[in-house]
Amino acid sequence: MVGVNEVKWTPTLIELARKPDYFLPGHRMCAGCAAPVIVKLTLKALPDPDNVVVVNATGCLEVASTIYPYTSWKRPWIHNAFENAAATASGVEAAFKALKAKGVWKGDLPTVVVFGGDGGTYDIGLQSLSGALERGHKLIYVLYDNEAYMNTGIQRCSSTPQYAATTTTPAGRVIPGKPEWKKPIGFIVAAHHNVYVATVNPYFWADFVKKIRAAAEYEGPAFIHAISVCPRGWRHESKLTMTISRLATETCLHPLWEFDPETREYRITDRSLYIAKHPDKKVPVEEYLKLQGRFRHLFKPVRRDHLIKEIQEKVDKEWEYLLRLAGFK
Amino acid sequence: MVAEQVEMLLNGDFAVAWAWKHVEPDVVAAFPITPQTLIVEKFSEFVANGEVRTQFVSVESEHSAISAMVGAAAAGARAATATAANGLQLMHEILYIVSSMRLPVMLGVANRAVSGPINIHCDHTDAMGQRDAGWIMIFTEDAQEAYDTTIQAFKIAENPEILLPIMVNLDGFLISHTAMNVKVFKDPKVVKDFVGETRPVPKIKLMGEEVELSLNPRNPIPVTFGPFAYYDYYFEFKRQQIEAMKKVPDVVERVNDEYYEISGRKYGNGRVVPWNVDDADIVAVVMGSAAGTMRYVARKYRERGVKIGILRVRMFRPFPWRDLQELLRGKEVVAVFDRTQDQGVMGGPLFLETLAALHYLDDRPRNVVNYVFGLGGRDFPPELVEKVFDELIRIKDGKEKPFVKKYVGVRE
Amino acid sequence: MSGAELRKWNEVPIAGVPWKFSTEYKTGDWRSERPVIDHGKCTKCLFCYIYCPEMAIKVHWTSDGSKPEKVEVDYNFCKGCGICANVCPVKAINMELERR
Repeated sequence: MVGVNEVKWTPTLIELARKPDYFLPGHRMCAGCAAPVIVKLTLKALPDPDNVVVVNATGCLEVASTIYPYTSWKRPWIHNAFENAAATASGVEAAFKALKAKGVWKGDLPTVVVFGGDGGTYDIGLQSLSGALERGHKLIYVLYDNEAYMNTGIQRCSSTPQYAATTTTPAGRVIPGKPEWKKPIGFIVAAHHNVYVATVNPYFWADFVKKIRAAAEYEGPAFIHAISVCPRGWRHESKLTMTISRLATETCLHPLWEFDPETREYRITDRSLYIAKHPDKKVPVEEYLKLQGRFRHLFKPVRRDHLIKEIQEKVDKEWEYLLRLAGFK
Repeated sequence: MVAEQVEMLLNGDFAVAWAWKHVEPDVVAAFPITPQTLIVEKFSEFVANGEVRTQFVSVESEHSAISAMVGAAAAGARAATATAANGLQLMHEILYIVSSMRLPVMLGVANRAVSGPINIHCDHTDAMGQRDAGWIMIFTEDAQEAYDTTIQAFKIAENPEILLPIMVNLDGFLISHTAMNVKVFKDPKVVKDFVGETRPVPKIKLMGEEVELSLNPRNPIPVTFGPFAYYDYYFEFKRQQIEAMKKVPDVVERVNDEYYEISGRKYGNGRVVPWNVDDADIVAVVMGSAAGTMRYVARKYRERGVKIGILRVRMFRPFPWRDLQELLRGKEVVAVFDRTQDQGVMGGPLFLETLAALHYLDDRPRNVVNYVFGLGGRDFPPELVEKVFDELIRIKDGKEKPFVKKYVGVRE
Repeated sequence: MSGAELRKWNEVPIAGVPWKFSTEYKTGDWRSERPVIDHGKCTKCLFCYIYCPEMAIKVHWTSDGSKPEKVEVDYNFCKGCGICANVCPVKAINMELERR
């Protein structure tokens, strides 16, 4: 069995605070961006963070953390191109295996961690990701999902939620934002069957770090889908990042679950498990939507209840689907 | 001391696979495209039989193949892959990245026409499309040279003064699928001694410490590959690559000589292979297997007293302009043969770059003409070569209307 | 953009490898508000520490190293996003206008 329940570790903030920083301040991410928190939690959760190699797809994180001649990475790091982070990581993983077989690398193989944005993972990078997962390379792919092509200026991605306004799906008179629902990347990855898949939320840090630990302990590919709140692109005050992040899970738009490749089970975890057991604690999506400028057109100049209702119904449907998968019905 | 060799009947693709077997790269990425597929197929047999310890990564596209090679080489491993035509074009954006990161990746290219229409046969358009990506490019003439050059390629690219990726080109089908008796080393240790057991990872000074230029987690200062460089530094990085390219011609010659010591074979000075050029009035400049056909015909012309020479360009990148200047000065007629599409230009790339080299000579050749031939695998048989040579003789004698470029072998 | 004297092509490492850690780039001058911690109210829960995107909350340990004694803002890097003030469970952090 693979998953948070198998992880023999009870993380505390004190323990995490003792660990050194592998992602340094002085990076140029926006004030209030959740991505650095995701990186911080990931690297601190690894059992042996000294023995890690980071691969990064083009995107906000990559660009803002390595503006020449500065780098924020205190671990070896490689950025190749936009769509090939997983393929590059496959090469790194294979290389260390070969070097170990030849006796050039001695000791444990380094953990390969891949950071990819939703842009480089959902769309252009999907082929490379699928290939790497199918080949079973031992790596941890952390998807920091800010729900649009943020680095190029907030364009629509298949990860963008329904009716969100982006610069290529603006809220116009005829079309109120992106018409399509968010692509279920977690299920797509889980369908590869040999992957440990987990959704995480930096607000729920304990669940986050335990899932990273579970991923590191699994002898195969792992995929961690993190929701990465973006004050710039979602158009809210930077101080609300963690509030909105929490609501994403509490409304079940980004429920916390994991897929165990060994038993082919889906398990709901942490806050979402609490909501599954106490359905009255599920928060209406409106609480989440009304805080963000990208959904402003659902409320101003007039309330578009039918659209808000449509979102709520879809969320409920997806949540029911997840409950069924996890054996709650 | 020439090492013991055995003769095997190998086509060009198998020759490359056997060279890989002897070099034993750490990581090989495999994706099929005709006419390169036999390389990775043959090599996969060696892997499946446990004859090599290479990590064989069956990627899902050529783009991922070259990307995996970036990751592998950056990790400090010796990385090799092979492709052709549209596969090479799919790699295009990454090729520039490989050279910018100074990663000595080895790429075997079985030159094939690019789509459309789809055509699987030989021409050089695929490689020519990548000539500005900062890679070293060598064009071979036969399967023996494919074997030899593949081995040499690792030594050239991994030289600490160079650290640039290298493309070894072999004509699709004409070399890749044509078998000949190839001499391969009997003891692979000879090759291992020549290229080194593992890739020599260079050291650089970083923040006051000496570190490996690799993703080694045990480096005292971690290395970041592929940053975001603004307009304040990008130009300087390209200047660094240019400087490394300048050192390649000497290294190619040196490796050619060193390889001669162990094999008994050398290819001109490594950069160009002249045949009867010194006293020639008419010189044909050509790359790839067509050189063999032209030499065969030229021999007959020489017997008749025609002073014709064949100059095969082996190293196309960096362009051997000095060698061409030395060998072509004062010639009556220089005919440059391009096996590449040339859309909207005065001539093909080999012609244009030769012209640029010759422009700065005081005793420029009197006539320089371009022939574009063999596109999409259109045959260039001896009869056609003879027609061209006859035309060149007429040019020399002043009996032909002057022209810049002609197409040979197309129905027009 | 590098904010320092520009070097020549042969004065920088090859392969485009960056040669400074970003800790030399003080992003503290981005902010228009600064968080001020009321150490009397602070319970050293470390929420501000974990949610800070700039790693700008510094933890000072007790002399035996067993627990946090004080948390402090590293104003060199704090961008004034306000997350720390927002997540603090005892409202010990106040965002004040930056005056320079």
